[in-house]
Amino acid sequence: MVGSRTLGRQILNIYLPLTLFVVFLLFPLYWMSIVSFKPTNDLFEMKFNPFWIQRFTLENYLYLFQNTDFPEWVKNTLIISLLSTAISLLCSILIGYALARLRFPGSNFLGVGIFLAYLVPPTLLFLPLAQVIAKLNLYNTYWALILTYPTQLIPFASWLLMGYFRTIPKEIEECAMADGCTRVETLVKIILPLSTPGLISAGIFCFTLCWNEFLYALIFMSSGPMKTIPVGTVSDLIKADTLFWGSLMASAVLGSFPIAFLYSFFVKYYVSGLTAGAVKR
Amino acid sequence: MARVILENVSKIFGNVEAVKNFDLTVEDKEFTILVGPSGCGKSTALRMIAGLEEPTQGMIYIGDHAVNDLPPKDRDIAMVFQEYALYPHMSVYRNMAFGLKLRKFPKDEIDQRVKWASEILGIQNLLDRKPRQLSGGQRQRVAVGRAIVRKPAVFLFDEPLSNLDAKLRVQMRAELSKLHDRLQTTIIYVTHDQVEAMTMGTKIVVMKDGVIQQIGAPLEVYNHPVNMFVAGFIGSPVINFFPSRLVSNKDRLFIDAGTFQLPIPEKKASYFKSMPDSEVIFGIRPNDIYDLQYAPERLKENVIKAVVDVIEPLGSEIHLNLTSGRHSFVAAVDAQTSVRVHQEIELALDLEKMHLFEKDEPNLRIKTAF
Repeated sequence: MVGSRTLGRQILNIYLPLTLFVVFLLFPLYWMSIVSFKPTNDLFEMKFNPFWIQRFTLENYLYLFQNTDFPEWVKNTLIISLLSTAISLLCSILIGYALARLRFPGSNFLGVGIFLAYLVPPTLLFLPLAQVIAKLNLYNTYWALILTYPTQLIPFASWLLMGYFRTIPKEIEECAMADGCTRVETLVKIILPLSTPGLISAGIFCFTLCWNEFLYALIFMSSGPMKTIPVGTVSDLIKADTLFWGSLMASAVLGSFPIAFLYSFFVKYYVSGLTAGAVKR
Repeated sequence: MARVILENVSKIFGNVEAVKNFDLTVEDKEFTILVGPSGCGKSTALRMIAGLEEPTQGMIYIGDHAVNDLPPKDRDIAMVFQEYALYPHMSVYRNMAFGLKLRKFPKDEIDQRVKWASEILGIQNLLDRKPRQLSGGQRQRVAVGRAIVRKPAVFLFDEPLSNLDAKLRVQMRAELSKLHDRLQTTIIYVTHDQVEAMTMGTKIVVMKDGVIQQIGAPLEVYNHPVNMFVAGFIGSPVINFFPSRLVSNKDRLFIDAGTFQLPIPEKKASYFKSMPDSEVIFGIRPNDIYDLQYAPERLKENVIKAVVDVIEPLGSEIHLNLTSGRHSFVAAVDAQTSVRVHQEIELALDLEKMHLFEKDEPNLRIKTAF
């Protein structure tokens, strides 16, 4: 920060608050990890340091893989997340580009309508969606979620991509059209390559939302092996008043750490995608 | 043949009529310049020719074909934008080859054309670079190269030199003129810089508020402006205007500007004899006002006195900002002129080059044969 010249002031003004903030944010992940590698009895043993592992064990992970359908949950979550993200991105690209670049009657009205859809809470939206899913006989199938998740994903992703497309100079598109591109060719050959940060940002948003989503997955797809990680974790590792803490945390670790690790490679794209257009070029 | 014709073309954005009743014929191989202040409609007119804007009314022809319903890619035009509009994710080679690849040219021909264009523009060593690795002048050359590889019927330039520094602008002006000479292709060029208009075009079109004011060769427009706006826009430094009155005295006609009276040359006077005692606007260019010490002999009877406010030495000449009574004006005098600020100076005016304009809008120039 401006003015923090001495090391002492830097520690006080920058490093200490940052450290506290990081600890606050990362502590739940740390706790989650160490609990997953402890025997359940150790969790209630008062003489052990709760912030450390006294006896390392993999029994929680073994229980997860041998006594639950965890691999199936991962497969289901992955398929649903990837397909929902792909459908949402495809729709959002077309919507975002149309709203950003095309002039047609009712475009403003349509744009506002799409964003208003985002304001409807999913907890209310599932009621009419449940009727639709039932009528289409899609309960307990992947399509129940693949078709309903985009209702939450498309509005925000369209808004994000629309903002990003607007940062691309119009002259580049006009030049492409003068060079010989149709509108679709301009979108595919010029706009999309230049929009990589925006697409990654929208993709991360969509994928994360699908991966972590609980309510719709619980309602539309929760029988037998047709569960996602969040639903399976809660339904199979919490039985009556018994919580299998170790395996619960193991499921949480395996469900989140690989994704977080992958995301760390795309953080700069996520930030630039969200802030594109904030400042005039 | 690549003649471009705009017939009664208009463009309305909401309530704003950006271009009004635009009639223009650009002959094959002509270098036509649309010039005017910001917001005069010149870029809108160019974009309508390119197909990037649809005319509200009127017809546009390129060659012998009406192109109103044709998309830009089918009009056989190539456009160079003010901001260059290079594709940032492509190398210089790919930028230049892009249009040809879209049109399914064979690879050999693409290579040959890119090589040809890059050699003309001196960018053959830059083909592997990305636009962000180029200077402003290099980017401009790549933008021009991207246009010329297509060998279109018409080149459209939208203020391509605006983002360059003054020195580079002068250099590129000459290069574009040489390019036109070499390629012998129709060029329509938009600029707000009247120096570019005067030095580059074979025909200039002066625009104001969406309306064509005058079409003509550069010197024609400079020497015979149709109204005060054209006179004031073309020429640097800007022409001086003096609200005046025509007075008759002993069979001679004079311009009475209040603080000075000047006799109108006999050749011109016959055109103004029907309007004695009229209020007019007297116009004379700074280059036609001389320091009396260095003025030609024939001008030494047309003398006025003025006080120097500002001296701007340019090396080859000196620009003096002067005041005479209620009139402020500029004179471009000989570089040897020795004068100080607040000093009075005697000036001789070349009234053979004078203009008279009507006092009321649209301030038309009162025509003479000279």
